[in-house]
Amino acid sequence: MGAGHAHALYVRRDSVVHRLPPHCKIVATVGFVLAVAITPRHEVWAFAAYALLLAGVTVVARIPFGTVLRRMVIEIPFVAFAFFLPFVARGERVEVLGLALSVDGLWGAFGILAKGTLGVVASILLAATTEPRTLLLGVERLGLPPLLTQIATFMFRYLDVVADELRRMRIARAARGFEARDLRDAKVLARSLGALFLRCFERGERVHLAMLSRGYDGAMPVLAEVGASRRQWALSAALPAAAGLVAAAAWMAVWTLR
Amino acid sequence: MHVPDGFINAPVSVATGVVAATGVAVALRGARRELDDATAPLAGVTAAFVFGAQMLNFPVAAGTSGHLLGGALAAILVGPYTGVLVVSVVLAVQALLFADGGLTALGTNITIMAIVTAIIGYGVFKAGLAILPKKRSSVPVAAFAGAFLSVPASAISFTAIYAIGGTTDIPLGEMLLAMTGVHLLIGVGEALITAVTVSSAVAVRPDLVYGARGLVKPLLINGTAEEATA
Repeated sequence: MGAGHAHALYVRRDSVVHRLPPHCKIVATVGFVLAVAITPRHEVWAFAAYALLLAGVTVVARIPFGTVLRRMVIEIPFVAFAFFLPFVARGERVEVLGLALSVDGLWGAFGILAKGTLGVVASILLAATTEPRTLLLGVERLGLPPLLTQIATFMFRYLDVVADELRRMRIARAARGFEARDLRDAKVLARSLGALFLRCFERGERVHLAMLSRGYDGAMPVLAEVGASRRQWALSAALPAAAGLVAAAAWMAVWTLR
Repeated sequence: MHVPDGFINAPVSVATGVVAATGVAVALRGARRELDDATAPLAGVTAAFVFGAQMLNFPVAAGTSGHLLGGALAAILVGPYTGVLVVSVVLAVQALLFADGGLTALGTNITIMAIVTAIIGYGVFKAGLAILPKKRSSVPVAAFAGAFLSVPASAISFTAIYAIGGTTDIPLGEMLLAMTGVHLLIGVGEALITAVTVSSAVAVRPDLVYGARGLVKPLLINGTAEEATA
């Protein structure tokens, strides 16, 4: 376990956003995403406003825009799905470049792209400004069952180990001339997975016994108490509050236009 | 595929959130029976394993590749309750940190990828074991069936959720057909990997594989296991 403990997703900076307690940031992120989710998708300007809000957070947190953009590639699979919607959805059709596209499908694609992208960027910002370890502490402070957060904590501790084991196996396979070409090769990969499971689980048992012998009683000791002051709550509430206002305004616009 | 934000409307997302929370609460109680005091460390290492296994892409056909869902695999390896917990934690961490799957869609994702795959995968696996001869070589066969059916079951449950709370009007019959068809194909990959993973785990440490408990008589089966597995 020689690998560094700061995770690759975390961007080390000294900013207001980085210093906020983790649970405040989680609540803020979830609040923001909820506001986005309930916004009617025909109000295009609202999504532009949300994007501006996130851009503001990015600037305040001093995260490079390039980093955020690069991490957004995770979105690509569902972008592909959204692309199909205008062709398969039912209802009224419009002619675009000689293709008859469904109006509802176009709006659906826009809604998924806009809401999905905003959600993705919000998560990226959360991960970039919060260390995974403190993030889990924050989740626990929000009252999630300790068993769940403990599983997540252990998962994080083992993740690099598992990734290293996987890489070692991949190099070993490559050294023997293996290259995955089609579904038949899945058997080789699956054998690796079987071995990986055993190695992981046996290591888990070993570590668990070592922990027991050092006095582990089913709960991890909390080394740094992360309390949140009223000011910090207020500060972190800025993003979801602004998003809430935008969502409310969007609904107002829908109702008044009817 | 992880469901992103904006796919399913808000009320239905809340409803699936309630389903997911209930499922996780039930699993929390059940998991203590499966792994006793070592629940957290061993479930944690299994979660890391599932996370790692999902990183391993396998080629499906013509340039496309798929990755494991892992719900059935986790349920067979560490028990259905722990399996639900493990996959739920993986999904939650993916949504929170890796932006894989939306935060508002987390309930939907846990419902279709942790709960449905574990119930169907493990249910079919157990049913398979009940029908097949009581030998260790039956375990991978039953695991194959469980994992194979868990994937289209997950796709069908997604279609059902989409039918209630989808944000775009798509012809549902065709969507169901397309989803089931594609996922039957993906299911073959999932099943193959699950079966071989389980069989290589059973071959070395049968005591570790939850689904194979009660069948462990390694001395009797030595030698015959290899032929029957293939």
